[in-house]
Amino acid sequence: MIRFQNVTKRFGEFTAIHDLSLDIFEKEFFALLGPSGCGKTTMMRMLGGFETPTEGRIELAGQDIGPVPPNKRAVNMMFQSYALFPHLSIWDNIAFGLRRDKLPKDQIAARVEEMLKLTRLEKFARRKPHQISGGQRQRVALARSLAKAPKLLLLDEPLGALDKKLRQDTQFELMDIQETTGTTFVIVTHDQEEAMTVASRVAVMDEGRLMQVATPARIYETPDSVYVADFIGDVNIIQGTAKPIGDDRFHVSWNEGQPPLTATSAKPFSDGQTCHLAIRPEKVTITTDKPDTADNAVQGKVHDIAYLGNLSTYHVALPCGTMIKAQTANTRRLSRRQITWEDPVWLSWTATAGVLLAE
Amino acid sequence: MMRRFTLIAVPYLWLLLLFLVPFVIVLKISLSDTALSIPPYTPVLDWAEGIRAFFSQLDFENFVWLTQDDLYWKAYLSSFSIALVSTLLTLLIGYPIAYGMARAPEEWRPTLMMLIILPFWTSFLIRVYAWMGILSNEGFLNQFLLWLGLIDTPLTILNTNTAVYIGIVYTYLPFMILPIYAALDRLDGSLIEAAEDLGCSRLLAFWLVVIPLSRNGIVAGCFLVFIPALGEFVIPSLLGGSGTLMIGKVLWEEFFSNRDWPVASAVAVVLLLILVVPIVLFQRNQQKQAEAEQ
Ligand SMILES: Nc1ncnc2c1ncn2[C@@H]1O[C@H](COP(=O)(O)OP(=O)(O)OP(=O)(O)O)[C@@H](O)[C@H]1O
Ligand SMILES: [Mg+2]
Repeated sequence: MIRFQNVTKRFGEFTAIHDLSLDIFEKEFFALLGPSGCGKTTMMRMLGGFETPTEGRIELAGQDIGPVPPNKRAVNMMFQSYALFPHLSIWDNIAFGLRRDKLPKDQIAARVEEMLKLTRLEKFARRKPHQISGGQRQRVALARSLAKAPKLLLLDEPLGALDKKLRQDTQFELMDIQETTGTTFVIVTHDQEEAMTVASRVAVMDEGRLMQVATPARIYETPDSVYVADFIGDVNIIQGTAKPIGDDRFHVSWNEGQPPLTATSAKPFSDGQTCHLAIRPEKVTITTDKPDTADNAVQGKVHDIAYLGNLSTYHVALPCGTMIKAQTANTRRLSRRQITWEDPVWLSWTATAGVLLAE
Repeated sequence: MMRRFTLIAVPYLWLLLLFLVPFVIVLKISLSDTALSIPPYTPVLDWAEGIRAFFSQLDFENFVWLTQDDLYWKAYLSSFSIALVSTLLTLLIGYPIAYGMARAPEEWRPTLMMLIILPFWTSFLIRVYAWMGILSNEGFLNQFLLWLGLIDTPLTILNTNTAVYIGIVYTYLPFMILPIYAALDRLDGSLIEAAEDLGCSRLLAFWLVVIPLSRNGIVAGCFLVFIPALGEFVIPSLLGGSGTLMIGKVLWEEFFSNRDWPVASAVAVVLLLILVVPIVLFQRNQQKQAEAEQ
């Protein structure tokens, strides 16, 4: 439905988007994820019609939308700064777009009430934007962009200012809306958890480039670069050199005097090639005794324990100084836990637990 | 406590000395009668005769006179309409300038601001005389138009109401531009984008978002032009003709040509009372704006 074709966007000398190509499908919930300043808002603004690509083209349903002005696009955007009209009440803010469509009065009123209810703003309908809280303003912005039921909805960090509970509720609300209306959603967020929850596909960006575009599970389980692995969730990265041992299995020599680690990879690595082994902390098992049947096992000392309630993360220092994180579910009460600070422990993981990455 | 009192006392003392005392004097003269003496009115406060005798000689005769001769109300009315029309003209010219300034690249703005303020560095009188040079029959404007071949005979602009409008608009334009610019400068550009995103054309977005959000600037600018324009004297007397009737001019003539100080004072008192209305409205607008910003 949406196609970015070799799009480059420059602001003067500065290149915000580098030769980017991307397809977003109809009725998809697509998330743009990346650090601050990587060009997420710029992508949205190009879709909304507020910036034109310096090079390349953007197609919507097969048509180049370059020359189409924002008010003629079936696209609505929720601005990162909310952009609520300060001189209008919440009610009138939400009704603003509907009035432009010259809908009958009672239809507008019904739709506005529906939006107010959805975002739980009924009580504030008569107030002006400066008379409500930041989170409420964010919800007004969301309601206003949803009101016109656009074909494509652009949400620029729609939930940043909400507390966790309301945020989760709204996330599910958004997914519901997306399912019932069949609107294509593009959402920007820095919060990877949010992206994983709501999106059917995630694009990870860095400095104006796409690093990986895939489903949340694939992004998490099989990142294709160290950058993506590191950006999404917690990860241990061990650098070493690869040595093929057949059957898609590789030995990774990572430290003088330590036995090589074993890992599988569908991608080929040549003998002696530098590689990075990425392992999620929850896939590393921590034990006090040496495990008998593990593909990989290393010994270390507990340096730090982060207690997260349901989970605990152990930071284990290996003799060579490398720090490895291991995560376990706290199925037992804290007082019965057997491992504490400075304990010598064994870390182990299977050959398939990690991902072998070239860079 | 003492310090606070002094702090408050200073502006009040200032107002008392420079505004209230002169006003009371003018008010007193307006209630007096003309006399061939120095000063040219009577009574003068004479402690020997006592305060009661002094007050008994004051009356509203001059104010009654203002209603009897239709010169006065015509002059008030004509001043009012000239001030109103010039205010609207100033708004029509000032708004686009302010808008252009607010949308100009950041680095140009100080320069543009400078250009708006620059005329204030030369004498106001000289600038009005310069307009006489421009607008007169042999002036630059006519010479230029003749040279272009747009006209055959010089246009008569000087000594007409048109010249007065030009003078007032020119003089008070900065007072219109600056408050509007201040309002537009604070306007968040993403609001216009949001309006367009929701289906407004550029023009409609301007009408529905930009104009309402600069309303306070517009109101402030209009009052800042209207109030002084209403009592304007220099511009109509230098650029206007015999047909230009403005209360400032009438006032001047009463004082200096007729030497009828009491009637002139009565004219001034009425003018002041008329001006109190827009001034109070203006103050209220400013106050509302300050409240809205909190
Ligand atoms: N109008 C502009 N002129 C110059 N540079 C700009 C402009 N707009 C954005 N940029 C630059 O382009 C880069 C990308 O900006 P963008 O707003 O897209 O970032 P973002 O990914 O949305 O970041 P954040 O998560 O902080 O919102 C930034 O480095 C920014 O400084
Ligand atoms: Mg952004």
